[in-house]
Amino acid sequence: MGSGGSRAAQVPDADRIRRETGFSQATLLRLYHRFRALDSNKKGYLSRVDLQQIGALAVNPLGDRIIDSFFPDGSLRVEFPDFVRVLAHFRPVDDEDTGTRDPMQPEPLNSRMNKLRFAFQLYDLDRDGKISRHEMLQVLRLMVGVQVTEEQLESITDRTVQEADEDGDGAVSFLEFTKSLEKMNIEQKMSIRILK
Amino acid sequence: MGIQAPGLLSPWPWLLLLVALRGSEATSALNKPTGPPAQQAPGAGLASGPALGERITVFELDYDYVQVPYEVTLWILLASLAKIGFHLHHRLPGLMPESCLLIIVGALVGAIIFGTDHKSPPVMDSNIYFLYLLPPIVLEGGYFMPTRPFLENIGSILWWAGLGALVNALGIGLSLYLICQIKAFGLSDVNLLQNLVFGSLISAVDPVAVLAVFEEARVNEPLYMMIFGEALLNDGISVVLYNILIAFTKMHKFESIEPVDVLAGCARFIIVGVGGVFFGIIFGFVSAFITRFTQNISAIEPLIVFMFSYLSYLSAETLYLSGILAITACAVTMKKYVEENVSQTSYTTIKYFMKMLSSVSETLIFIFMGVSTVGKNHEWNWAFVGFTLAFCLLWRAISVFTLFYVSNRFRTFPFSAKDQCIIFYSGVRGAGSFSLAFLLPLSLFPRKNMFVTATLVVIYFTVFIQGITIGPLVRYLDVKKTNKKESINEELHIRLMDHLKAGIEDVCGQWSHYQVRDKFKKFDHKYLRKILIRENLPRSSIVSLYKKLEMKQALEMAETGALSASAFSRPHQAQPSQGTKRLSPEDVASMRDLLTRNMYQVRQRTPSYNKYNLQPQTTEKQAKEILIRRQNTLRESMRKGHSLPWGTPAGAKNIRYLSFPYSRPRPARGGGAAAALEDADSSDSELSFAMFHEHSPARSLQERQRIQQITTVKSLNRGGKLSSSGYQISPSQEEHVGRSRKALRPKPLFHPVDEERESGEESGEEASPPGAGQWAEHGREPRRPLLRRK
Repeated sequence: MGSGGSRAAQVPDADRIRRETGFSQATLLRLYHRFRALDSNKKGYLSRVDLQQIGALAVNPLGDRIIDSFFPDGSLRVEFPDFVRVLAHFRPVDDEDTGTRDPMQPEPLNSRMNKLRFAFQLYDLDRDGKISRHEMLQVLRLMVGVQVTEEQLESITDRTVQEADEDGDGAVSFLEFTKSLEKMNIEQKMSIRILK
Repeated sequence: MGIQAPGLLSPWPWLLLLVALRGSEATSALNKPTGPPAQQAPGAGLASGPALGERITVFELDYDYVQVPYEVTLWILLASLAKIGFHLHHRLPGLMPESCLLIIVGALVGAIIFGTDHKSPPVMDSNIYFLYLLPPIVLEGGYFMPTRPFLENIGSILWWAGLGALVNALGIGLSLYLICQIKAFGLSDVNLLQNLVFGSLISAVDPVAVLAVFEEARVNEPLYMMIFGEALLNDGISVVLYNILIAFTKMHKFESIEPVDVLAGCARFIIVGVGGVFFGIIFGFVSAFITRFTQNISAIEPLIVFMFSYLSYLSAETLYLSGILAITACAVTMKKYVEENVSQTSYTTIKYFMKMLSSVSETLIFIFMGVSTVGKNHEWNWAFVGFTLAFCLLWRAISVFTLFYVSNRFRTFPFSAKDQCIIFYSGVRGAGSFSLAFLLPLSLFPRKNMFVTATLVVIYFTVFIQGITIGPLVRYLDVKKTNKKESINEELHIRLMDHLKAGIEDVCGQWSHYQVRDKFKKFDHKYLRKILIRENLPRSSIVSLYKKLEMKQALEMAETGALSASAFSRPHQAQPSQGTKRLSPEDVASMRDLLTRNMYQVRQRTPSYNKYNLQPQTTEKQAKEILIRRQNTLRESMRKGHSLPWGTPAGAKNIRYLSFPYSRPRPARGGGAAAALEDADSSDSELSFAMFHEHSPARSLQERQRIQQITTVKSLNRGGKLSSSGYQISPSQEEHVGRSRKALRPKPLFHPVDEERESGEESGEEASPPGAGQWAEHGREPRRPLLRRK
């Protein structure tokens, strides 16, 4: 972004992206600038390395997983529309969205269900639609300091799975996951104010 | 007298104080019948024999010689002990601001002095206050100001702080004048000018004092900056206004003030303000320039920093410009460059010394306030005091809501009503108002005592009542979720979502007004940094230092049982659960506690500032821990043959992904600590990190040299690129290993992210300082912004 460049840069395919994600024009432009800023070799797409250069992600316990969520299905590059699509999950929910939505349209990306689905995929790495006990243990291990022993971690995992698991298969399906979080204000927790 | 302040645990300082005062009293009573004189010939104390004054006395007591410094030291010590006690109690610091404590201690000392009829040493007069006590306080505020958010919100801050102070001062002054006109209150002799002066001094707020109380409510960054910015500029503006109005009072009888004078006053106000800032900036640059050359004598670096700041203050005061604004501007300007130039220990010294000085100043002022409180020179006038209080609140509300209404029009992210309420309620007065009231010249203000009384009442009210209730208010406004106990499930998921949100916020970066900052950043990089930042030689090899660090960390972690094989290398052997166990509620509760206590904290985006203390380093430790763990995990996984430990199928993507470090020296992902963003610097540090990452003990010396060469390569690829769009050089350059080895200044590998890539802003305050905390030898603070060279 040179001093004159920021105004001239046009977001490619802006209308389609806007319809799909619901971002405003200004936000989309900012995201485009950000995308280009992260794109270190001006390749036109982002690779994992580009995202890893964000230092704050390095000290985020879930940093790796967050980066992985930008690269679904094992792809190596993230183009701008896909980048925006991931971020669209975090758009704050407008109140008028829920009321007047056309039922024929697909659910907006920032609906509660989609937000939950996004969070779910952070746990469920093998994409089998269920969080196995093993996967839960992995996440727990990532998020907890080193002073907790393995036995404690395992018992916490057991308890976590036990609380949510209703059909007794020892794993937490997406529906069970949703149900265990029904009291939580997901719309507020997973919304970022600046992504209006 | 009992111990009245909460949290004070030790009675010894009280006894000590009492003994000292009794002793002094006794001594002085014995020596001269007319009160304790300051200049007493030493040696004329109690004599062990008949007091003829001709024998050599074996044992003497001379208190008057040391009285002033002795008592001052005792006061400071007392306040420190009280603070220790205050912080030992878990809940107190979150309940009330620390100024409360200082005021209580001051009142106590005042009570003691009053009770023993002791004449307090004349510590505070106009000269001492303005020359010695005030500069450290202002310097500390300016130095710890986080620059990037400050500059981003500078329009709103200037608008609010500047106009707010003016509106408040004039509003309160005028309203009080109207009240004084009412005959019934017996205030008719207080004229307009005196009211205006009083208005200006009572409008000096100190909102930073309450910041600690609602810190954990996650106040958003712009709000935080408004409060901080207001505190910073408010002092300066109040003092300028105060001085101008005092000059008016001295100059004329108020009837003969003409519009010309008023205009001249306004012009002077602007000149004083702007001139002060200008002076400060110049001094800031000069001191930054000088620190460029101090690498061989780093012990004087703190001295230079302090002396130049102080000099800026004094020089500005010489020319009747605003010294406060000068020293603030000096600190803000100087900070960025000085931080990069000085050694690690100097940096720490500067920080701590600044805190210490300002803390001492403020303590003394509060003690003096306490002494004045418990005294005989009060003049209580119900109307004046009551209306002052009412008008303070009223005018603050008016100024907040109107000024923000206007500035919200121009902001991208306007302040909500809740934010404005918080700003309104944080208008706590502090030491500044009291000092200005205390220093009113009695000749011009015959009713000075009434002013002082009113000021004291306002301060007590705001500090205690507002200070204590602002915490609950903020929490209430925050509309947090209900406090009922959540299940373990929910806790885990909530924390996960918080981390996720923080991570995505980091991906989005900071958004601000690009163009102006862009231009300034380019100017900064092109010219300023070349002049002001030193270039120097590496002091030791990066590689060996890293090894040292890792070894130390590994030892520590092994000792705490963290690096046991089970923690990391048994992912695939996690047993399936052996049936669900029945857990009692207590077990669940204890499990939940365990979880809450041990989960990693979510990274705070807003800077946190505590006026009385430097932040503890827990975030640094946590960041270090996370980084080391990630590294270790990756190393384990690579040793096991390219599969990530969390059981993803070792698909093609993973193998290719992880094989980077082995195939070619591309900036591989490395354990995720490949931070640092700037154009060429990014590849530099992540490359070096990638190299370190694969630096297993089996590495040969030759490869180590290769590593070092590669790291030096980066330094060459800068310079002319800064004017370009700031993007990274092409990957091919990374493979030019054989370049000439330019001396490379060792950099910390883990930088906070600089989100503004285009503009290359380097504020180090956003991200938590990642793991380079022990790299003291390199003299770089882990929080340090990214270093650049020519």
